[in-house]
Amino acid sequence: MKTNADPTAQLDEDTWFVSAEKVYPQAVKGRFRTIKWAILFVTLGIYYFLPFVRWDRGAGAPDQAVLIDFEARRAYFFFIEIWPQEVYYLTGLLVIAAVALFLMNAVAGRVWCGYLCPQTVWTDLFMKVERFFEGDRRDRINLDKEPWTGTKIARKTGKHTVWLLIAWWTGGAWVLYFADAPTLVYELATGQASLIVYGWIAILTFTTYSLAGHMREQVCTYMCPWPRIQAALTDEYALNVTYRADRGEPRGHLKENKKRLEEGLPAGDCIDCHQCVAVCPTGVDIRKGSQLECIQCGLCIDACDNIMTKVGKPTGLIAYDTDINMDRREQGLDPIYRFVRPRTIIYVGIIVIAAGIMLYTLINRQMMDLSVVHDRNPLYVTQNEGVVRNGYTLRLLNKESSAQDFTLMVRSQDGNFRAEVVGADTNSDGSITLEVGADRTRQVRALVFSEPNATLPVSSALDFVLTNNETGESVLITDFFRTAEHTTQ
Amino acid sequence: MGELKKEVDELSGVETTGHEWDGLKELNNPLPKWWLYIFYASIVWSIGYWIVMPSWPLVSSYTAGVIGYSQREVATREFDTAMAERAETGSKLLEASLDEIRSTPELLEFAMASGSAAFADNCAPCHGTGATGFVGYPNLQDDVWIWGGTMDDIAQTISYGVRSEHEDTRFGEMMAFGRDEILNKEEIAAVANYVAANLAGSTPEEGADLALGETVYVDNCAACHGDEGLGSPELGAPNLTSPNYLYGNSVEAIEAQVYSPRHGVMPPWIDRLGETTVKSLAVYVHSLGGGQ
Repeated sequence: MKTNADPTAQLDEDTWFVSAEKVYPQAVKGRFRTIKWAILFVTLGIYYFLPFVRWDRGAGAPDQAVLIDFEARRAYFFFIEIWPQEVYYLTGLLVIAAVALFLMNAVAGRVWCGYLCPQTVWTDLFMKVERFFEGDRRDRINLDKEPWTGTKIARKTGKHTVWLLIAWWTGGAWVLYFADAPTLVYELATGQASLIVYGWIAILTFTTYSLAGHMREQVCTYMCPWPRIQAALTDEYALNVTYRADRGEPRGHLKENKKRLEEGLPAGDCIDCHQCVAVCPTGVDIRKGSQLECIQCGLCIDACDNIMTKVGKPTGLIAYDTDINMDRREQGLDPIYRFVRPRTIIYVGIIVIAAGIMLYTLINRQMMDLSVVHDRNPLYVTQNEGVVRNGYTLRLLNKESSAQDFTLMVRSQDGNFRAEVVGADTNSDGSITLEVGADRTRQVRALVFSEPNATLPVSSALDFVLTNNETGESVLITDFFRTAEHTTQ
Repeated sequence: MGELKKEVDELSGVETTGHEWDGLKELNNPLPKWWLYIFYASIVWSIGYWIVMPSWPLVSSYTAGVIGYSQREVATREFDTAMAERAETGSKLLEASLDEIRSTPELLEFAMASGSAAFADNCAPCHGTGATGFVGYPNLQDDVWIWGGTMDDIAQTISYGVRSEHEDTRFGEMMAFGRDEILNKEEIAAVANYVAANLAGSTPEEGADLALGETVYVDNCAACHGDEGLGSPELGAPNLTSPNYLYGNSVEAIEAQVYSPRHGVMPPWIDRLGETTVKSLAVYVHSLGGGQ
């Protein structure tokens, strides 16, 4: 399939494996290239500098805007703070991310691959560096064929050095998301950071350098599962980078086709200049139709539009177009665009629902929580004087950044119960005051007693109400109080 | 194979491998060579791994690898690290009284966690995982304590045991009223029925001589178990008014115990577990709910 590879390279037809052909993409200017540069600057800018953004959360809490603190088991994203109990937010994010990818695909094919995928963005950056040191397509092909001279060594060394620096910075930025960034930068600079940190930087330096510098389109074609999934997700209404064969064929060189027209023979607009192939980062010929390797970056559109302008023909011989419009043009019908259709509505619906649920839980997120676990063995204990006792393990969560006093009340409609918490005093009204430290949990053992010889059902619903004394916020957990069968009457 | 190899699929224009299954032919879209190289690199890696890490089993040992990595050593190191981390709170526990431990949330949480683990490892085999005991092994959940149910009482019982070989052991034995012929059969039957009817709350036999039973009780049992049958923790004499009898509260069970009492043994734990763990256990057992 590769047509812009080194033309002298021989395909070894007698083996089950072939050498990966090196692709030499040519530089191109145009609308989609500009969009790609803009996205590159924004996304990489966010990636490299976000860890340094500060966000004041008050004393005792980290002031880094985006931080995943594994040691303290907290994740921070600006005003959002996530505890391990709340990783379901991550599920919500992943659901939204997956469906957003489906939606992108239903609207504009592999727009993710062409513009947003880290592999594409870093490869673009690495190619820019490569062009700076080794020149454009033709220069690079020639340079690779040249014997090893001083200039060649200098250029190659320059390129690999800058690549490694970028790769190292990529790994360096990654680790900053997991610790206080300024502190870690200082530790890294003075060699005090832990070996794990250096290890992660080394791993990401290696992957960035090899994937963006050397593997490039091989990642998309052979490693990534997404192209396969997308083959099943695209449809006749999805915008895809398309060579409009109806307008371009039969292709021929400018003079050749002019002659054919004069002779009254059909001649297309494609002048067979191979510019679309030369600029392609994955080395495919878009004129062969949609194919696995194509990442839909639109650079061939830019290249073709530049040529069409030069030869005085309308642009858009290669353009974002749909399968259905290709068919309709062949039949002489007007193109139709239908972005609002059941598929896209369902995708948007799922995104809205998932985002809505996340937003709701986020807005109603409590700064405290309580979990109640009834003893499994024994379920109840009969004491002297006919008192039945049940034991519970309570865990109180205080998400405030200061220590808080909570009041625990136990009540039931089935009878009067008395509660005790091991190690805490019971107030005169039967409630219990418990202090929980800042940003932490506290586990206590609670004992609940029935009245002597009380008539109770085998299992009574028992409410545990925990109230923050300062804020008045409260949580109600309903558990049960169990008695022996024979006490029922 | 040779002549088949040249075959080209008409629809796709791709050469086939010559493999055919029920008329379906496999196209030959070759993989890039770096896939193969990664496979070779994995093999080379595995050889390096054999040399560096423990790998091949031998008859009675295994090849240790040049860096001498051992999972057991890693586990031991992690255990030592954990113990060192616990040492600080552990030493606080050692200094604090049992009441102080109970009223300090930090120490209480530590003692409860460590007590619960120690209980499961050491006490559960006899007293049950839920601490509800069995016949002959006291129930630690209820509020019936043969040797006292305060934290200090519990700590002492755990430390030195009951009728154990330790010199500080708790010791108390009931006389074998039947076997040693102190009481005759009728007297034993009468007193068992008296205890069942008046103290244990179980059903006496029909026509039992409860008046004789009372006389026997007052003369022989009240000295230790008390006039009211409330028992005496100092002597280890059980409270007979509780329905939770160590060996059962039926007339037959009581008769058997009066005739020839069984005396269970609890081992001393202080030398084996150390004071910190014993304290944790005392706090934990007391907190189960029956503590006094």
